[in-house]
Amino acid sequence: MAVRSNFKNMTLCLMVIGLVCSALLAFVNQLTQEPIAAAQEKKTLDALKKVMPDFEQVSESEIEYEGQNYHCYKALSDTTVVGYAVVSSAMGFGGPLELMVGFDAQGVVWNTSVLAMNETPGLGAKCTETDFQSQFEKFDPAIRSLAVTKDGGEIDAITASTITSRAYVQAVSNAYKLIQHIKGGQCHE
Amino acid sequence: MNKFQIILKGIFKENPTFVLLLGMCPTLATTTSAINGMSMGLATMAVLILSNITISAIARFIPDKVRIPSYIVVIATFVTLLQLLMQAYVPAIYETLGLFIPLIVVNCIILGRAEAFANKNGILDSACDGLGIGLGFTLALTLLGVVRELLGSGCLFGFRLIPADYSILAFVLAPGAFIVLAYLLVLFKKISK
Amino acid sequence: MEFIFIIISAIFVNNILLSQFLGICPFLGVSNKLSTAVGMSGAVCFVITLATVVTFLLNKLLILFQITYLQTIVFILVIAALVQMVEIVLKKISPSLYRALGIFLPLITTNCAVLGVALNVVTKEFSFFGGQPHLFNLAEATVYAFATSLGYGLAMILFAGLREHLSMNQIPAAFRGVPIALITAGLLALAFMGFSGMVY
Repeated sequence: MAVRSNFKNMTLCLMVIGLVCSALLAFVNQLTQEPIAAAQEKKTLDALKKVMPDFEQVSESEIEYEGQNYHCYKALSDTTVVGYAVVSSAMGFGGPLELMVGFDAQGVVWNTSVLAMNETPGLGAKCTETDFQSQFEKFDPAIRSLAVTKDGGEIDAITASTITSRAYVQAVSNAYKLIQHIKGGQCHE
Repeated sequence: MNKFQIILKGIFKENPTFVLLLGMCPTLATTTSAINGMSMGLATMAVLILSNITISAIARFIPDKVRIPSYIVVIATFVTLLQLLMQAYVPAIYETLGLFIPLIVVNCIILGRAEAFANKNGILDSACDGLGIGLGFTLALTLLGVVRELLGSGCLFGFRLIPADYSILAFVLAPGAFIVLAYLLVLFKKISK
Repeated sequence: MEFIFIIISAIFVNNILLSQFLGICPFLGVSNKLSTAVGMSGAVCFVITLATVVTFLLNKLLILFQITYLQTIVFILVIAALVQMVEIVLKKISPSLYRALGIFLPLITTNCAVLGVALNVVTKEFSFFGGQPHLFNLAEATVYAFATSLGYGLAMILFAGLREHLSMNQIPAAFRGVPIALITAGLLALAFMGFSGMVY
């Protein structure tokens, strides 16, 4: 090692490395900010397209209901409302289970999509598969019972993953309550 | 030693997982499927090659006493770079690997190679060493992922080979990770003898 | 009440070693003897709790200045510096404690459990009453970090006890050393899976 370990050298060395590294990161952070935002936006849009009937444009709003803040979307085709979507989450087995729950204009569940989850692979993680999700398609909680069969409802839970299934149902049902509330009149936009 | 031997050494004689037993946390945690194991291995390899190159280039200018903190900063920078790039261009993989991407910083393989190889050898040799060790790590993780995915969910790289009813779920879960790794270690020991 | 849930979940259900796979290296490395395992657990307990509190507060600063992309670098440096500081302070204040924990402290910097918990606490969302998941506040973060490190100690000490007994048994040559230790860990993990679903 050619460089002596005196105070001046050590401080200088760490300072230079620190500066170069943080400058590099700041630069790359600038570069990737847009692609990261775009990737997230694409993910949201894909989810919206999946959970609502075909739409032309969508408007976004933040709604407070029973002490919780929800992210809501309203889909429009021309000027008629064709559907709603709510980002709703509940505690699953391995962490929060975040869903995009879509409704048609009448407030019937159209489809659901998982935005984020941390469930066990092979067990709870099956909630992202169509086998489970198709049960929620065109599900009207007003006339059918939204709960897993174990709790007397009509949703078949994922084998050996009752907690995940319950969380999924919980998130859908929270979203449904919110939509009922909105359709009941007071739309904060 | 020529470059090819350096690379080969990292894959077999000094395989980070099976021989050196380093970087156990990502090895056990991210190998629930072959794809996950492979992505983790490749991510680690990228950081390893870059940090090996950088450290072998700047080692001469770093005073001995602040060598470790300097290396840690360099490694952490590359890890964050990787984190940002993955978030931007492969968000799905980034989400599955989650916490274990930033944790590459504390993967002992990387700091270990910086100390044991990169700061004493030339840039090209260090790059080869990074590639070799990285490939060894990737192969080990992929192998572990293949076995666990096949036994645990009956699939291979996502394609179903065994009907779902006949898979043994425990292999995808935590206990399976430990047990499969144990048997692979024994196998590797037997074969290399 | 919420704290009890956090504690049970962190110690048993989501045990840091056996279900999250953080800090496996020392788990396999220093678990040959019960006494070293106890020492290591003590040191980890101390550092995880302290590091989590410090990084939790620092993270607020990072958010304030909008430089969260420096999170990983800042956290690992803070942890490394903290470990050094703890070592120096301990040497001065309590030589007996230093003698018990001292040799384990340098090993902790590269223990991914410390960085793992610190990152977990500021990024993951938690909820224990079926309400909307939220990020931890300082008190919850501290309790979570402490309970997690207790879970670390529990698994570590159980494992070391098992390994001490194992060393007295006849084991096939190929399995001696790490492979049999891994199988033991696997069985321990299987046992801990029994806790899953208790609290979530």
